[in-house]
Order: sequence, then structure tokens, then C-alpha cells
Amino acid sequence: MNIGVVLKRELSGYFATPVAYVFIFIFLVLAGVFTFYVGNFYERQQADLVPFFSFHPWLYLFLIPAISMRLWSEERKSGTLELLMTLPLSRWDIVLGKFLAAWLFAGIALVLTFPIWLTVNFLGHPDNGVILASYIGSWLMAGGFLAIGSCMSALTRSQVVAFVLCGFVTLMFVMAGFPLVLDIVRGWLPLSLVDVIASLSFLTHFNAISRGVLSLQDFLYFISMILAWLFATSIVLDLKKGG
Amino acid sequence: MIEVSHLSKHYGDFVAVNDLSFRLVPGDILGFLGPNGAGKSTTMKMLTGFLRPTSGDISIWGSDVWTDTLAAQSHIGYLPEGAPAYEEMTPLGFLNFIAEARGLSGPDRDDAVSKASATMSLESVLNQKIETLSKGFKRRVGMAQAILHDPDVLILDEPTDGLDPNQKHEVREMIKGLSKEKIVIVSTHILEEVTAVCNRVMVLAGGAIVSDGAPEDLLTLSRHHGAVTLELIEITEELTSAFQSLDGVDEVEREDNRLTLMPVSDVTDLFSRVMSFIREKDVTVTAAFVEQGRLDDVFRTLTEGDAQ
Ligand SMILES: Nc1ncnc2c1ncn2[C@@H]1O[C@H](COP(=O)(O)OP(=O)(O)OP(=O)(O)O)[C@@H](O)[C@H]1O
Ligand SMILES: [Mg+2]
Repeated sequence: MNIGVVLKRELSGYFATPVAYVFIFIFLVLAGVFTFYVGNFYERQQADLVPFFSFHPWLYLFLIPAISMRLWSEERKSGTLELLMTLPLSRWDIVLGKFLAAWLFAGIALVLTFPIWLTVNFLGHPDNGVILASYIGSWLMAGGFLAIGSCMSALTRSQVVAFVLCGFVTLMFVMAGFPLVLDIVRGWLPLSLVDVIASLSFLTHFNAISRGVLSLQDFLYFISMILAWLFATSIVLDLKKGG
Repeated sequence: MIEVSHLSKHYGDFVAVNDLSFRLVPGDILGFLGPNGAGKSTTMKMLTGFLRPTSGDISIWGSDVWTDTLAAQSHIGYLPEGAPAYEEMTPLGFLNFIAEARGLSGPDRDDAVSKASATMSLESVLNQKIETLSKGFKRRVGMAQAILHDPDVLILDEPTDGLDPNQKHEVREMIKGLSKEKIVIVSTHILEEVTAVCNRVMVLAGGAIVSDGAPEDLLTLSRHHGAVTLELIEITEELTSAFQSLDGVDEVEREDNRLTLMPVSDVTDLFSRVMSFIREKDVTVTAAFVEQGRLDDVFRTLTEGDAQ
């Protein structure tokens, strides 16, 4: 499978440089800090991972752009994009292969937070079903962030610009579900439109999943979000071919 | 077979490639010449399906590059300008990736990779990260990836740039040694390279073809074509003006201890005229030869007006 060929190269590329290890290290440290200090994990006296997961959208806001910024910008800058796009690989093989590698990488970072899960199991009796659902939800959300980042990275040869664009767009998608924002919007928009905005937000769907209900609707939301942004990525790449 | 018809590329108002049409058949080794910015790389990027032409059609072995991209691309081996590669990989990992992307696996893949790395003498660096390789080795890795799948069409953008003289020779021999069933397109700034490996030369300037033909034909355009060059121990004013007034000599050029005598346009026997003159006057000559023509001459005349 050609997707597999692209994925394998891309994923090994992550681990061929220190970037991957630095990223995972920062992710784990921040996840720990947020959970234990900012989230008052101990003081809450509850055996669950709510403080851990509730910080994920915010963590992803700047960590995911750091992964996704290099997806296309770097290849365009170094000229390897020309090499890749003149190999007999379909556009979709390349777009999906690169995305899946980034998504798997995010998944690996997520799995490495297992000591936090061990801690909570050691301290009490959490509902591990809810925790599993939260992990899946968090990973799906990371996929949505990454797909947006992929599209932003395809737009520019500058990684910095790609980072900022991705941070901005993903912030919009997170904020759209923030009660504070929704309250403001509610003042001057029809209710149905407010619902639409809220339903587009990562937060709305992530919160639903992390309560332990992995509904088909939320699942489909993330999958279609990913596919839509990957489709946009492929269109951007195509437009850039025109020079 | 490659057919290019009315190929153009515009960047906004700027015309990078202007209405190119040509046809290449197996056995053709085409040299692309032209000053910086002539549109050589842009043309190659369109031939390989990386850039979309503003207008025109390209067909490679019967597949249209735009509607049937993958089929066209599978015929092509391409060395982009600057030989880009995934720097964090080793040549071995990189070549394995290219082979797999080209649909080779298992022993076929290993065979192709070891053959290509042997051709480009890469064995000693196969497991060293590409970013730590010297410029010439990077170029060789790029060449190896281009020839890996034994393509019908080889498109090489400045393949010998940065190579040492031995490797330049190797690459030229490799290109000449390719079977007659293949088509090669090479761009270069080394003019001798064209006479050394190509059987067809196309000179681009300002995005358009200003000359297209066999290297020998190109040389006939040189003002030195058919000129007689003499190497003398001593050159005096008298001698120079004597040559100048010789029948059939148009102009005399002096360069160190050499005199080059240009023929009047329809004179073909200048050499024998010069030789009998020398014998008559008893001039001491250490060397004498007829010039084929000088490529840099031709290049300058063809491209100077159009180059920006
Ligand atoms: N993306 C672009 N936008 C605008 N102009 C471009 C773009 N890419 C190339 N050009 C212009 O197109 C022209 C042709 O460039 P090209 O790279 O094909 O030249 P070249 O013949 O390969 O030159 P060189 O010998 O220096 O490699 C140049 O004037 C270049 O500046
Ligand atoms: Mg060029």
C-alpha cells in the first residue's frame, strides 16, 4: 500500500531527529503539571482523570501546531516536496500517509501518559471505561487539530507562519464551544445559529466523549472534520501546483 | 516517446516558458542549455508533473502528464534541481523509500537499491545520514534515486553540478551507456558536457527555444567554425598583417602565442591555403589545427539578446 510507504517514512522521520523526543517530553511534563498542580488532582479527592483531560484542548492549541507546521512547509522549503509529488503516488496517498503518521505520533505521546492513569488506579477506583473513552476522544480531537494544521502547513513554506495560522484556526474551533463565547454570541445571533456554532466546536464534542459516552455523532464529527480538512489540504496542494 | 506541444508557463505577467514544442524518441539524449532563468528547470518541473502548465500538452510514453499523471510519472526518473533528499535519512533508508514508492518490494527492492548505489559509488556512505554528506555525495544520492527503477525517461536538472572530475566522468559515461531505448533530458551549464554526452541540444533563452539541433550543427554557428588556429614561437606585427592580407582570411585574432584566422564566409580550404603560406614564408609553427567551433561563442550569440 502506498499510504503505508508514505506513513512509514514520515513516522521514522519523526524519530530520526530529537524533535520527537523533545515534543513528547514537553507534552508529558505539561500534562503532569496541568493535572497535578493546576487541576488540583489530589485536592479534588476524586478517582478520575477529569483534570487531566480537560486541559487537553488547551495543550493541543500550541503543541499540535508544533507537529503539523512541518508537514508540508518543510518539504516545500527543502525541495523534497518536488521529489514526493513526482513519484507515482496519488495525492491522497501522500496527504493521508503524512497525516496518519502525525496522528499516530500524537497517539504515541498520548499513550505515554499512562503513568497518570496508573496513579489514579493506584489511589482509588476510577471508571476505566470513562477514561478509555476520554483517551479515544482526546486522540480524535488531536486528529482534528492535526488535519487543520496540515492544511495550514500546505499554505506556506514558512513553518512559523504555519504554526501561527494553525494556532489561530484551531483556537477558533475550540472557542466556538466555550460557554463564555457562546453567551456573548447568544445576545445577537438566532438560537439555531448559536447551536450550529457550538456543534462545530471541538470542545462540545470532546466534552461529550469524555463524560464516557462515545456516541456515533461525536465520532462522525471528528472523522468528518479530519476528512474535510485533509480534502482542503489536497486542494491547496493542487492550487500551489499552478505556481 | 515524449511529445510537448505549445507548452507555456506564466507567473502572473512574467512568462517563464514560452510556447515550447518538441518531440523526443527513444535514443535521444537532449541537452538543455540556457542562461540562468531561461526556464530549463521550469520546463522540467512541468514535464514531471510537479507544476501545472499555463497552457500546452505533454505526453510521456503515450500518457498525458495532467490527466494520467501516475502512469506518466512511473516512466520517469527525475533529479530535481539541487538534488533534494530527506536529510535526516541515510542513503539506504532513502533509496528504500523511493524503491517502495515506485512499487518495488522484497528482493526486487534490494536489487534495485544495491545496483543504483553501486552505479553511483555510494556503498561507503549508505549508512551515514544524508545531512552529513558532502555536496557531491548528496548529488549522487539524488542520481541514484532517479535511476533506481531503470526508467524509460531520465530527467536530470544539472546532474554534474558539484561533482568531482571523476564522478562527472562517471555520470557522463552512465548516461552514454544507457540503452538506446531510453530518453534522457539533461540541463547543464557545462558546455563541453553537451558535446560529450548529448545527441541533441536545445538552447533556451527567455523561455523560448532559440536553437535546436545536433551538437555539431550548433558548432557551425560559431564564428570560429572552420577557423585555423596556429601556435607560434614568436608573433610579430608583420606576420599578423601578412596573415590578415592572405586570400580567404576574414579576420585575425591574437591570444597569447596563438593566432586564429577566421575564414571568409564561403571559403572551405583555409587550412591548405594557410599551410602553403607558412611553407612559402618559412614561418615556424609549433601547432596548427582547424577549429570545430566554440560553444561558448554560440551560446553567447544565441542568448545574449534575450537574457535579462
Ligand atoms: N514561483 C515563481 N514565481 C515567479 N517566478 C518564478 C517562479 N519560479 C520560477 N520563476 C522564474 O521563472 C524563470 C525561469 O526559472 P528556471 O528556474 O526555470 O530557470 P533555469 O533555466 O532553470 O535557470 P538556472 O540555470 O539558474 O537554473 C526565472 O526568471 C524565475 O525567476
Ligand atoms: Mg534551473
